[in-house]
Order: sequence, then structure tokens, then C-alpha cells
Amino acid sequence: MYAVRMENITKRFGSVAANDGVCFAALPGEIHCLLGENGAGKSTLMRILFGLYRADSGSIYVNDRPAQIAGPRDAISLGIGMVHQHFMLAERLTVAENIVAGCEPRRRGLLDRECARRRIREVSERYGLAVDPDAVVEDISVGQQQRVEIVKALMRGARTLILDEPTAVLTPPEVDELFTVMRALRESGTAIVFITHKLKETMEISDRVTVLRDGKTIGTVCTADATPDSLVEMMVGRSLPVHDDERTPPRQAVLLELRDVSVAGRKGGRARLSGVSLAVRSGEVLGIAGVDGNGQLELEEVVTGLRRPGKGKIALTGQDVTGLDTGGIRDRGVAYIPSDRLKRGMVDSFSLARNSVLGTHRCADFSRRGLLLENAVREHARSIVAEYDVRAESIDQPMGSLSGGNQQKMLVGRELARPHSVVVAAQPTRGLDVGATHYIREQILASRNRGKAVLLISAELDEVLELSDRIAVIYEGRIVDVRPASQFTERELGLLMTGQRNEV
Amino acid sequence: MGLRGDVSRFAYSAIAVLLALVIGAVLIGTSGYSVKEAYSNLLMGAFGGVYSLATTVVMSTPLLFTGLAVALAFQCGLFNVGAEGQLYVGALASAVVALALSGLPPAFRVIIALTAGAGAGAALGFLPGYLKAKIGAHEVVTTIMLNYIAISLTTFLVKTYFRDPGPVDQTVLLPPGSRLPELVPGTRVSLGIVIGILAVALLDRVMRRSVLGYEIQAVGQNPHAAEYGGVNVAARTVQAMMISGAVAGLAGSVESMGTLYRFIPYFSPGYGFTGIAVAVIAGKSMWAVIPAAFLFGALQSGGQSMQLFAGIPMELMTMVQGLVILFVAAPALGSMLLKSRSRLSEKGGGRA
Amino acid sequence: MSGFADVVFNINNLTATIRMATPIALAAMGGAFSERSGVVNIGLEGMMLAGAFCGVLGSHFTGSPWLGILLAVAGGGVIGAILAVFAIRLKADHVVTGVGINILASGATTWLMQAIWKRKGATDMVAGLGTWSVPGLRDIPVLGTILGVHSPLVYIGLALIALGWVVMFRTPLGLRIRMTGEHPEAADTVGINVRAVQYFCVILSGCLAGLGGAYLSLAQLNWFSKDMSAGRGYMALAACIFGGWNPLGGLGASFLFSFTDAIQMRMQTAQIPLAVEIIQMIPYILTILILAGAVVRSRPPAALGKHYESGHGR
Repeated sequence: MYAVRMENITKRFGSVAANDGVCFAALPGEIHCLLGENGAGKSTLMRILFGLYRADSGSIYVNDRPAQIAGPRDAISLGIGMVHQHFMLAERLTVAENIVAGCEPRRRGLLDRECARRRIREVSERYGLAVDPDAVVEDISVGQQQRVEIVKALMRGARTLILDEPTAVLTPPEVDELFTVMRALRESGTAIVFITHKLKETMEISDRVTVLRDGKTIGTVCTADATPDSLVEMMVGRSLPVHDDERTPPRQAVLLELRDVSVAGRKGGRARLSGVSLAVRSGEVLGIAGVDGNGQLELEEVVTGLRRPGKGKIALTGQDVTGLDTGGIRDRGVAYIPSDRLKRGMVDSFSLARNSVLGTHRCADFSRRGLLLENAVREHARSIVAEYDVRAESIDQPMGSLSGGNQQKMLVGRELARPHSVVVAAQPTRGLDVGATHYIREQILASRNRGKAVLLISAELDEVLELSDRIAVIYEGRIVDVRPASQFTERELGLLMTGQRNEV
Repeated sequence: MGLRGDVSRFAYSAIAVLLALVIGAVLIGTSGYSVKEAYSNLLMGAFGGVYSLATTVVMSTPLLFTGLAVALAFQCGLFNVGAEGQLYVGALASAVVALALSGLPPAFRVIIALTAGAGAGAALGFLPGYLKAKIGAHEVVTTIMLNYIAISLTTFLVKTYFRDPGPVDQTVLLPPGSRLPELVPGTRVSLGIVIGILAVALLDRVMRRSVLGYEIQAVGQNPHAAEYGGVNVAARTVQAMMISGAVAGLAGSVESMGTLYRFIPYFSPGYGFTGIAVAVIAGKSMWAVIPAAFLFGALQSGGQSMQLFAGIPMELMTMVQGLVILFVAAPALGSMLLKSRSRLSEKGGGRA
Repeated sequence: MSGFADVVFNINNLTATIRMATPIALAAMGGAFSERSGVVNIGLEGMMLAGAFCGVLGSHFTGSPWLGILLAVAGGGVIGAILAVFAIRLKADHVVTGVGINILASGATTWLMQAIWKRKGATDMVAGLGTWSVPGLRDIPVLGTILGVHSPLVYIGLALIALGWVVMFRTPLGLRIRMTGEHPEAADTVGINVRAVQYFCVILSGCLAGLGGAYLSLAQLNWFSKDMSAGRGYMALAACIFGGWNPLGGLGASFLFSFTDAIQMRMQTAQIPLAVEIIQMIPYILTILILAGAVVRSRPPAALGKHYESGHGR
């Protein structure tokens, strides 16, 4: 008997088939990996199972009985629970409020908080999921938030639990904890669907693997019969390209320097950055390794002038730029690929042409006497489109109509086209497919080889290891170690990233 | 692509106005008036003859400015509901300055008085712009409050300092040299309409071609990206609100200098609010403010003769404005109506 | 200057404060419910105006002010329903819709007033609510003067605000409302009907603001006059924000407004040597100051003003 079975699921968004005749089935008491690249259709398939999307065609069976799932309410009543990649938690409500919303215990018409606390405690003790019911969600760590999400699903009687990329936001020890919980759930007969694109984790935790590619099922195999290489081939359909690595030795000139930079936190909270000192030299990539939320965003913003440091100095090519605004700092030669490209990097309703000069629109090349030089702007956009292989119909179409990969290429092209000596690249490949990721990483390396100083901030440890000459590890707003990349092992980095300095 | 978008938007706005008038007709009918009498008076009052047309143009003129003012603030993502108050301070400033400068040659007088009106409007626009940029106080609430303040303040100033020694609270009549010249002799169509069209042309160019316009639009569409692009978001917000206020102030100037020839407390029949409807219809295009202002000018002058000759209260036109804003603000309504129509016609086809 | 002190430090000011705070606090609570569910409510002004008009209309045709109150609540609710349909179903910009609604309500009430009473400016007098004097309470010194004798709507309003606080923070419904405004997708994924919650809240906000409007016409003046809400809907919105989107906080902020309003009214009658126009500006200036002070430290519901499209239909 299958816990859930999906047959010939097809789902289109416009002309794109996110799922094209996908079949999938999970057994009770197994951990079933749903493996595939970004954009392969994994999340779409599971959102259909959870009732967040409705399939255009295909059928779903729960416990071998045909099921109609019109919304999450139906899915929940069929014993399906889902932990989303972006947590579905209201940040300013308490843990208990988030867990019970929608199935609240009542007493005389009022919310029975005592009963809610009791029931949360029961579930959390049974599976080893420690949560504090009275904490406010925004005050607890990402790992704790994930536990809240799991408790939320289990309290609703989930017998099939979908976990969407659950390890992306966790530290290595938190991943181990999660895996322990998952094994306990497997023992209790719960079917776990584990969505991921990471091979190592797939091999470690899963019983079976179903691979999706371009919205189609490639196949289901027992993990015991698979190797990482065989899974890669199923995922990508070709072997991964390797970057041409012609490292030129870094030069001596320090182009970007931070001295003892601190950023205060919310009132009463701990500092977001404290006493950060870093130097990036011409011709090197300095990678910042760390678990998301340990001060990377603040570092990115402080270096680019979006945020003023509480104390400390920032210097570009030897000149003090502390306290300058973004325009001032970037005009002194900083190309900046922001971590949130939709929010920061572009005006999505503006055309490609207008976006191509965002930040350089005041330069003499693109404006004179307060008026934009329309032809120069358009010519500039055309050259970026051609040089960076942006797939677009015209430079007049709105930026928002491009795919994520093409938006990022356009943005990287714009930034590398401006005069600069320093590149700040924050999460440069987040959410991109393999092709675009590879392309962007090559551009970053090429920039380094032209003698630029590159500060790479990335939550992807693989990316930091692959591109960096030196690595600085950030934990709770402090740089806990800086060394040449070759002197770190992955295990060491993992421990440093979680603050276990003494054990290294 | 842009042209087609403009055309379909224009068509949709026309449908919205018609729909609002149909709802108005239902109300007129159910209240026991004659719909035919009402709307024939509306039409005649707006377009029937030279005098009616002139009245329409006179009423369109302040709407051209207030509509432009609101549309310009929209470009920066700001909702200036304070055009009414800005209009009052602009009107009083222009009237007072025009009176005070009676020694100068008329051309100087007029230019300085217009500048004073624009300046007063800009000053009133500064405060909500500043509070929005620095603190985040919602500009809708602050501009509305400033409307009440501006209306009380101008009334107070007229009563206390600039009162005409007669029975009515108002300023002295402007001497001919302090007025905006008549464009069509015998009517009150003044140079104001020309100034309005020039203002549209100028601001259209600023918004589409200049660095300032680029930055204001970037702030309006995505302030985070604008900040990333080195734009001083707070400064652009304040500037956009001040430009908007200046344009609304000019609406008052052309009223006091070109139509009333003096400042009268409570003179505006809500030009600032009708400007919102004008701007909502005009959307992103500055040029579209001109036909939209003319449309509401026509409804205003037609509404007056409807009130005069058919006894139907003018406030019907206020309702129509409110309805038009609602309909145009909800583009989903248009596609829904179109869909239900095509569904109906499909059904009809099936039966046939 | 002793005259000035008499004007400010007068116990009757507190009585007037309670009286004048009621309509603003009711509308502010409406704003709190609407905005807690994620819908910006600039339309409170129009809802109050509709309530004020419908109250007089009901009292005029039935002779019963209580039926007038009922009609006012219904009228405000209808305006709320219009805002809800445009802002939620048709995904119109909440702020533009709210302003459109205020203009519509101003035109509609004035137009209907002229069509029904054939009078410009104000309607005839209708039967009003009168006052209740609460036995026991009225005899307590000081407190009795402040709280003892008021329109029944004052007591009903205060009770409703307390009830509203309980609903918002102590019931399952309130939790669902707050969840919806903070994170509609999260609410959706636990089976909460986001649209239903939002419709309920926006219509409720109309009913509450309508009741507040009826207070203006049936408890204070017993007639309706053109645009009689005079910006109180916007003040209520400022009070709602200042009060942290909390019915009790909104009540507190309303007291602040009304206290200055009370002083303002007293100044007008007490022959303080200050022009009436200047005195009238005080509440509006205060609103700007309060709003500016409030937003510095306030955080609106996270999903306020955003449109939420659930994927179920897609």
C-alpha cells in the first residue's frame, strides 16, 4: 500500500510545463528523496499534493484511494503535511499561535492556550523536537523555526510529511538533528518526502530516490543501488562542466579594507556585525562562508553603503569611504551583485535599457545637462545583452518578463560593465539553474583574473570552496577565522560556521 | 505596444465613465427625476454652444493642474490627496502678491504672482513629502489633514489681513494688469489653459527624458532598487511632492488670477479631489491628463446646468467621480466584464 | 491668562472627551480589524459618513433612532463590502480604492440628502437617542460627572471596544485574522480561508465606522449635514496606527484627539482671543503630529496592502 501516489501529473504555467506527466509514489515508513535541479518541478509536484496548486491533469491516491485535493484543508484532512522551503510562519506571532492556527483548541469560545501548550509539548517530546511555545517566532533561530513547522504538521495528524529543501538553511549539526527526527518519524510509520538537490544528503538519509528533470520523471531507484555519479547523470543528463582554472597569484595591493566594523542590532538584540576586519587584494576572491543570517546581509550592505556602520572604517583603494551613501561608494569603483536581485538589483517594470544604467545613469556617458542620452543607453543595453548572452526579445521589454537566470546575467553584465576595481557578489547564483550558475561563476573568476578584488558572500559552501582564494568564516556577526582556501577542510568549515571554534 | 496599451486604457476609462453615468441614471430615475431631462441638460451645459464650451474649458483649467499634480506624485509612488489645500494656498498667495505688486509692469506682476502661487503650493507639499521620506507617515492622512488646515488658514488670513472692506470675506478685486489675460474675449477662458498645457508638455519631458524623472520613477516603482542605484530616495520623494504641490498651487493661481480675479474663501468645488479622478484616468501618461481634465470639466459644467435647469443636485458628479476612480483602479474589473461578455455571447451562439 | 487655564483644566473637558472619543475609537477599531487582516482602510471616512447619513435616514422614516442605528451599521457595512470587493476580489490598490470610496460616499450622501429632504447643507431634525444616566455611577463624585450621563452609544461603544479586544487577541477568530494579515500564505496553508477572513474584517470595519458615524448624527446633533465626518475617519486611521492596531490602543489615541477637540470647542465658546479658524486647525495639526510620532515606533501587519492570490484555483 502506498501512502501517497501521483499519476501522470501535468501542470502548466502559461506555456511552460512545470510538471509533464509526472509519476511519484511514497511508502509508509520510508524516506523518499525527490531529487532534481532548481526548476525541475519538484516543489510544484509537492505543492499539488498539498493542494496549493491544482494539477491540469493526472490523479492522486492517498492510501490507495483516489483523492480530490482542492486546497490545503483537504490535504491536511488526508494526513498530508508540508514544511515549505520558505517557512509559513507569521514572524510576530508566538510559536504556539503559529502551530494551532486553523485548528485551535477552544474553551467557552475562547482560545485555550493551556491546552495548546500541552499538546505542543506532547508532540515535541515524542519526536525530540524541542520548541518553546511562548517564544515569538522572529526571536528564534532558523533551525528552531523549522522544528516549529514540523510540529505544526504533526499536530494536524500528518502521516505523509513533505520537507521542501529543509537543509538549505541549517548548520551541519542542525542537519544531523533533523535527520535524527526524520529517522524517528520513519520508525513511527510516517512517509517522508524529502525534496533536495544535494547528493550527499540523498545518499545519507533516503531509502529511495525519484529524480525529476525538466518537469519529467526520470526514474525511481533504491538508494542502496545508486551512486552519486549515477544520480548526477539522471539529474543533469550530462556530466557537470568544470571551470577552467588559471589562477593568477593575487597581487599585493589591498583594494577593499574593513577595519573593526560593527553594526548594531535591533534594540536590545545582539550586534549584527561586531569588530569585522577584512582585506581583499587585487586579483583574489575572498569568500565569506557562514550559515545564512549570521551577518552576511549586514556585511553586504555595509560594504556597499546601504547601511552605515555603527563604528569602524571602510576603505576603497586606500581611500576612506566610511559613511558615504551607496551612490558615493559605487562611483568609487564598486560593482555590486546584490543578494536580493528582485528587491535591490532592478526595477522590474522598467525596460532592459533603463535597467542597464541603474546606478550609472548620472555618468557623463549616459546623461548630459540633466537629460538621459537615450541612444547611448540603448546601445549600452544592446552590448550587455550580446556580451552576456541574455535571452531577451528586445531591450524595450520589461526586466520583470525575463527568467531569473537572464535577469541575473543582465545584472552581472551591468555591474561588470561599470568602471570598478572591487566586486561585491552576494549570493550570485541563488535560485539559478546549472547553466546560468556556471556562467556567472566563470564571470566572477574572469573578473578576478583581470585584477579585481572580489568579495564573495554565499550561503552555498560549495560555491565558496570552488571560487575563493581565501575564505573568511562568519558566525554571529564575527569573523572567526580567515585562511587560504586550501587550508580548510569542509568539516572544519562546518564546525567554524556553527561557532565550535575550540574543537577545530 | 505602448500605443495599443494607451488606446485600450483609454477605451477602458471611457467604459468606466459610461458605467458610472449609467449608475447615476439609475439613481436619478429612482429618486423621481427625469433621466432624459437630466442628461440632456448635462450634455447641453457641457457642449451646447460657445458659452457652454467656454464654461467647460474654464472648469477644465484648474483640473488640468490638479490632475497633473496628482499624476506626477503617482509617478513617485505618492498619493497626493492634498491638491485641494495646495490649491487654496496657491490661490491666496497669487492674489496677495498680484495685489501688492501693482506698481510693476503687468507681465512681471503676473509671472511673479504665478511663481508665488507655485511656491506656496510647493511649501505645503514639502511637509507631507518630508514626513513620508524621513519618518514614513502616510501621505494620504497628512495631506488630507493639511487640506483642512490650509482652508482654515487661508480663510483666517483673508479675514484678518487681506479683507475687502465690504460685506463679504474676500480679497479686493485684482486690477486688470494683475490678471491673467483673457484668451477668448467675453469669456473667462484665460491664458491659464495655455500655461496648463505647457506645464503638461514640460513635465512629460522631465519624466520621460531627464535624470530627475528617471530617478523619481525608479523611487516610485522600487525604492530599494533606486537606493541601490545611488538615488537619494528621500530627496526625490520630497522633490516629487513639492513639484506636485507647486502644480496644484498653480491651479489656485489661475483660478484667482484668471477666473475669479480675487481670493474667496471656500471657492473650490473640490478641484483638488476631482484632480484625483483625472489622474487615475490618465494613468502613467502626462499627456492623457489633458483629455481627462476636459472630460471632468465637461461633467462639472454640465452638472451645473443640470442643477440649474433640471433641479438635480450637482453632487451627482461627485458620485460619478468616486465611481470612476473605483472602476479604473480595478483593472481586473475590465477583464472580468469582458470575460463574462464573451461567455454570454458563447452561450447565445449555442442557442442559435 | 486665568481664562485659558479655566478652559484647559475643566472637568467638563473630560466628559466631552469621552463623548467625542467614542465615534473615532469605534472607527479606529474598524480600521484595526481591517488592517490586521491585511486590507488598508483609507475608506473609514466614507464609512462614517455613510453611517451618519443612514442613521438619520432610518430615524427619519421609522421615527426610531434605534432602527436608525441599525441602518447606519448596515450602511457602513455596505460601503465596507464595496471596499472589500474592489480591494480583495478585484485587486485594486487599497489606497486608491479607499479615496474613491470617500469621494463616492461624500457625493452619494449629499446627493441623497438633497433628493430626499430637498435641502442643501443639512437635513431636518430627527428623533435622536437622548442620554442614559447610569444609576450609581452618576452619583460618584468626579467619576460620575465624567462617565455618569452619556448617550447610550457611548456605553455600547466602550463595551464593543472591550469585546473587540477579546475577539482579536483571545479567540480563534482573532488568531486567524492576525495570521492572515501577517502571512496570508501561511494562513492559507493551514486551511484558513484568507478571503473569507478579509471580507469579514473589512465589512466589520464598515459596520463599526458606520456606528461611529451614527453617533455623530444621532447622538450629537440629531441631523445630518454635508460632509459632517470632517476628517474624523482619517483621524481614526491615525488613532488606529498610533494605538498599534489594537482596539484599546485606538481608544487611548482617540482620547488624546478628543481631549484637544474638547478644549478647542470650549475655547470657541469661552471667548479666548484666538480666531475660530486657528482653533479649528488644532485637531488636524495634532493628527499629523500623532501620526508622525506613531509611525516611528510602529510596525504594521507584515502583509498590509498586498494582494494575496491563493494557488488553489490555478
